[in-house]
Amino acid sequence: MSDNNGTEKKPRRFLIVTIVLAAVAAFAVTALLINIFERKQEARNPFYRVVELNDTVDDPAVWGKNFPMQYDLYMGTTDMQRTKYGGSEAEPRTPTQADPRSVVARSKLEQDPRLKTMWAGYAFSKDYRERRGHAYMLADQTFTERQQFNPPGACLNCHASMVTIYNQLGNGDRNKGFQAINHMKYAEARQYAKHPIACIDCHDPQNMQLRVTRPAFIEGIKTLKASQGVADYDVNRYATRQEMRSYVCGQCHVTYYFKPPDKTLTFPWTKGLTVENIIAHLDEGKIKEWEHPDTGAAMIKARHPEFEVWNMGVHARSGVACADCHMPYTRMGGLKISDHHVNSPLLKINRSCQTCHHFSEEELKARAEEIQDRFFTLRNTALDALMDLIGDIKANKNKATPEQLAKARDYQRHGQYMIDFIMSENSMGFHAPQEAERILGSAINQCRLGQLALHGGPEPSHTPAGIAEAPDKGALAGPEKTNH
Amino acid sequence: MYLARLKLVLLVLVGTLIGIACYAFVYAKGYSYLVNDPSACANCHAMNEQYSGWIKSSHHSAATCNDCHTPHNFLGKYAVKASNGFFHSFYFTTGKYPDTIQITKFDREVVEGACRHCHAAITQAIDGNNVHGTAEGIHCTRCHLSVGHSESSAVLQLPQHLRRIHERQ
Repeated sequence: MSDNNGTEKKPRRFLIVTIVLAAVAAFAVTALLINIFERKQEARNPFYRVVELNDTVDDPAVWGKNFPMQYDLYMGTTDMQRTKYGGSEAEPRTPTQADPRSVVARSKLEQDPRLKTMWAGYAFSKDYRERRGHAYMLADQTFTERQQFNPPGACLNCHASMVTIYNQLGNGDRNKGFQAINHMKYAEARQYAKHPIACIDCHDPQNMQLRVTRPAFIEGIKTLKASQGVADYDVNRYATRQEMRSYVCGQCHVTYYFKPPDKTLTFPWTKGLTVENIIAHLDEGKIKEWEHPDTGAAMIKARHPEFEVWNMGVHARSGVACADCHMPYTRMGGLKISDHHVNSPLLKINRSCQTCHHFSEEELKARAEEIQDRFFTLRNTALDALMDLIGDIKANKNKATPEQLAKARDYQRHGQYMIDFIMSENSMGFHAPQEAERILGSAINQCRLGQLALHGGPEPSHTPAGIAEAPDKGALAGPEKTNH
Repeated sequence: MYLARLKLVLLVLVGTLIGIACYAFVYAKGYSYLVNDPSACANCHAMNEQYSGWIKSSHHSAATCNDCHTPHNFLGKYAVKASNGFFHSFYFTTGKYPDTIQITKFDREVVEGACRHCHAAITQAIDGNNVHGTAEGIHCTRCHLSVGHSESSAVLQLPQHLRRIHERQ
């Protein structure tokens, strides 16, 4: 009996172990099967029209019901991740009645007091900070200390979702609505604004195609194309899809001024896109944005010309759009969608750089930072030269002849604009490294020539590259089209 | 009697397992990995760009995925297929792989070997050259990057760009 029991127990144990193993294997195989099924489902294109969209829907959360993945990524611009020279960032602050923000970006003025001297007498010497993500654009503008200077309503053009506002104020004519905002002060215009930049500002609600909605860009690129012999250029009609992936960004990431007499927001592109082309445009219009209190020079201010500077670089020349690096394709399940979390490519090197550049992430980051380090060094030299010129004019205002003073002031106007142009450009020289260094070299020359002129020193032995003689016409780069 | 019934249950269970496994194999198109059809490499969507890039490439008419990405001998070919098959499935299942996929060092060597297999005459001549032949880290694909599959949009635009320069001259 006992023998029998023994032989019966062994196969029974064997059976139990086998059953357990089989169960575990079946569990694993079924899990894999379900995973394969899920991956296959992901690869399909699931689009569900949950809400009807049109040009009156400005709330990105409503658009997000149809496009939840893009919306989630868009909300990511609230991030605060720094790169070596930029990215988005945050410093805690104590909220006040006037400014409820508990987090702000670092003050550039505190980091580099030379900027205060540079912009003395102008709003930017009061408050000028590092940038933050798109999500903060409206709040950061509403609460900047520059508001004490009662800025124009046109500032809102690039700090709020404007399509519905322009449509509303212009009775369906966005251009008229834009003019209405131009005539308002910021405080008055601000009450219309509800959202920072949103889906509707770049996308057509009917078919999601990219579109330019800002009249200032439509007019600006029209004048630029006209200077190149292309009459009546309509950007929404003639631009290719790839061009649009830069033009929608260029609606705001450009330099501008408020054109007298009615202070219309204008892009100074009638002569081309190089800094010399732009200065020539501003000189021709005798634009004076403020008078420098230390020197008495008639000054002009450059603003974040990312689009113009990108256009001078090798990436633009190779047909690489803003969105290729700042909104690269990202994997969401089985789908690839463009990353609406717009930020520095240095925070997503694999997706943005490695698509074309076959080097390691570390190597690519080191290359980018090397360009930025070099730029930063020369930028500091240029700022020092500018400080020397401003100090020199200030000290010799009463000794120099009116002609000497006028010449020196002109050099300050131009040299300072060049430094401002390439310094307020948000890539620390990366968007067009050689052009950036060329501009700084030229700016240093302008500052030192200003000092020479002030002291009646010898005329330069050569004719410096004048404002009118830009190295090229500053045409738009990129693969050319044959259809227009 | 009891033992026989237990055996029957066990057989049914193991049979079920085999059945599920077979179904999973068919459903995941497992058989397609045993042959040479390049579309198998794009079964899962991770290599869609590479596959469509290859269709447009200069090597399209001369070489399939396996011709460049596996060694040119029977044992090596199936060993590399098995190893890559396992790891690709593993990373695809867990989802832990970079959006822009990168070739591994080992697989780069495999590709290099494949280049040299078909283009032996010219690569041997280069090896004899004392600049390129003795340089370290020189791979055919370091320069001839787009011959197999150029998937990036910017590279695809290059001919248009070159045409523009050509027109200027």
